[in-house]
Amino acid sequence: MQLGYSDDQRELFDAFEQFFVGESPISVVRAAEPLGFDPSLWAKLNAMEIWGSHVSLQQLCVIGETVGRSIAPVPFAEHAVAARLLQREDVDTGSVIAGLSLRETDVGGDWTLVPNGAIADIVVGIDGGSLVSVESSAPGRSPRNHASAPLADRNVAEGTRTVLGPRTDGDRAVAEWKAITASMLVGVASRALELAIDYATERHQFGVPIGSFQAIQHSLADLPGSIDGARLLVSKAAAALDAEVTGSTADVNLNEIDDPIVLASMAILFAGDVAAMATDRSLHVHGGYGFAEEYDIQLYYRRARGWALVLGDPAAEAVSLADRLWPSDIAGGH
Amino acid sequence: MDFELTADAAAYRDLVRAIVAEHHTPAAVERQHRTGTFDNPELNRALAEAGLIERAVPGLGTGDPIELWILFNEIEKAGAPVDALAVAVMIAGVVQRVGSDKQKAEVIPAVISGEALICMGYSEPDVGSDLASLTTKAERDGDEWVINGAKMWTTMAHVARWVILLTRTDPTLARHKGLTMFLIPMDTPGIRVDPVHTMATERTNATFYDDVRVGDDCRLGEVNGGWTVMSIALSFERGVMGGTNQGVPLLGHTVEWAQSSGRIDDRAVREKLARVAIDNHVAALLTQRSAWIAASGGLPGLEGSMTKLFASQAYQKASGWFQQMAGAQGLLQLHEPGAAADGWIEYDARHAPVMTIYGGTTEINKNNIAERHLGLPRARR
Repeated sequence: MQLGYSDDQRELFDAFEQFFVGESPISVVRAAEPLGFDPSLWAKLNAMEIWGSHVSLQQLCVIGETVGRSIAPVPFAEHAVAARLLQREDVDTGSVIAGLSLRETDVGGDWTLVPNGAIADIVVGIDGGSLVSVESSAPGRSPRNHASAPLADRNVAEGTRTVLGPRTDGDRAVAEWKAITASMLVGVASRALELAIDYATERHQFGVPIGSFQAIQHSLADLPGSIDGARLLVSKAAAALDAEVTGSTADVNLNEIDDPIVLASMAILFAGDVAAMATDRSLHVHGGYGFAEEYDIQLYYRRARGWALVLGDPAAEAVSLADRLWPSDIAGGH
Repeated sequence: MDFELTADAAAYRDLVRAIVAEHHTPAAVERQHRTGTFDNPELNRALAEAGLIERAVPGLGTGDPIELWILFNEIEKAGAPVDALAVAVMIAGVVQRVGSDKQKAEVIPAVISGEALICMGYSEPDVGSDLASLTTKAERDGDEWVINGAKMWTTMAHVARWVILLTRTDPTLARHKGLTMFLIPMDTPGIRVDPVHTMATERTNATFYDDVRVGDDCRLGEVNGGWTVMSIALSFERGVMGGTNQGVPLLGHTVEWAQSSGRIDDRAVREKLARVAIDNHVAALLTQRSAWIAASGGLPGLEGSMTKLFASQAYQKASGWFQQMAGAQGLLQLHEPGAAADGWIEYDARHAPVMTIYGGTTEINKNNIAERHLGLPRARR
């Protein structure tokens, strides 16, 4: 048992924290809005050689937290997951950007609001009951959106379609995306808390730092436990996804769960809630400056919601988690 | 990170689980709710006979905090009472650390055989969160100490063999420096126990100490070293020894209700059940993390505060959701005809608020975390 980062994980975290602090300061994030993609940062990240199956989900989730902390404008989760499926050199080097659709195609053959659909050269997703990839030219623009994310619809008929595997491979890919995105949301939450602490320590009212008021203290004191809990849940999901033998235990009466699909769903729901709460509390601590564009917390606030909501209504995700925990053959029993 | 239990720890868990399943009987539950005394002596003795209590006492047996966590987590998940045994085990650990040979010889066998409970005399009628301002006095009189004062929330005092009592021995010293801990038999003349009934059915007590005379051999730890002794106890307890997974039996009862009532098909119900399952798992991971820190030689004080804060608030949120979901039937108490989940949902709705206060209020934990973990400036007191 090891419920903190191992030495290797700590080293990985520190290396990528340093990378993003150096290469993706907030000025880079702001300059990349509204598309939410910086090609030059992307090239530098590709040089770190993190795409492909030589990097584990657990490692990707450690890196993901640093992506979230810097809200770096790169399609981290989508490319990482798609690269593991495609196993193509040009994807592993990042010269071809890969995307992941979180939804099946609709009746018109559209994958709607693909998280990095605006910039992906090849998109992976479920179509016609199979997991397929479609190579086509990226639109390069996105509808203006809450998180300044490179969202776009992509149509399967508009490019070269290749079948990669059964639908279950797609479910697994989405579970991997949930774990990595959840790790990024943990990073968003932890950085939002730091911004709040910094501001509450510097900002004086009534002659004292506002962080000495219990109203401020108590709104922030809820956060570190929830953030730590989210990180533990994300790590457990990633470890379950990495395990060769896939566990299938999800016994809520014993509270013993090693089913990777269940854990990934739990991770995205919980980390999404924690990131939403942390950014809300932090924004509030900033008072009026919290909603001023000049301050950074609003950038985090919008991504906390956008990165999670692109998956769909969290209530629907919770219901599909319930379907796995309490399958319908039990539902309505007795 | 690595979430796997060792084979030994998993075997220990399975053994605890089997013993709990055998002795956490409907009759024991009925007795607890009838008397308000939330202890299960048969279960304690059965765990003791298998050597499981000795193994879990800090500083004794394997002394593995992971096992300590497993023991109380298994008891708690089954819905069996945790606190009485947890306090006894925790104090046995303190005695093992700082007690005299005589205290060790008396207390430890009594606790690890499952025969004796110990209650905690810290809070007072006028002293709660600001514990260092306590006023119960212990004064020297020759070879003896004379104790006068009153303690509040001394749960199990009416059945415990000993009380661990924090007293003021030197009013001239700084507040938390003039305190001394005693470990006193409850049958010592001058001790009175009055019941305090709570909205959660459980009975606790107020205890009164009127010229209670004890020998110096009842002192636990150094004279004026009582704060240190208490800190040792807290370091064993925080976030490891139960109280953080009460949502597990609640969820189990509520799923049964949802299945038997047909509400399991209701999308809104399913969403809430799933969200509580998530919170339960996070609470377990945070608790496990505290145990792992303790097992690695650290003191998980702040992590324990965070765990307690998260778990108790999540439990209260869950019990509120579930009571509302159950509608009017969520108001009906244990075994009343038509009661949702045979009344367990209503019971948890009374029990949950207690858990956000017991063992350190939400507010005190937040103060702690804000100043000591987040490093925010000290608040005006």
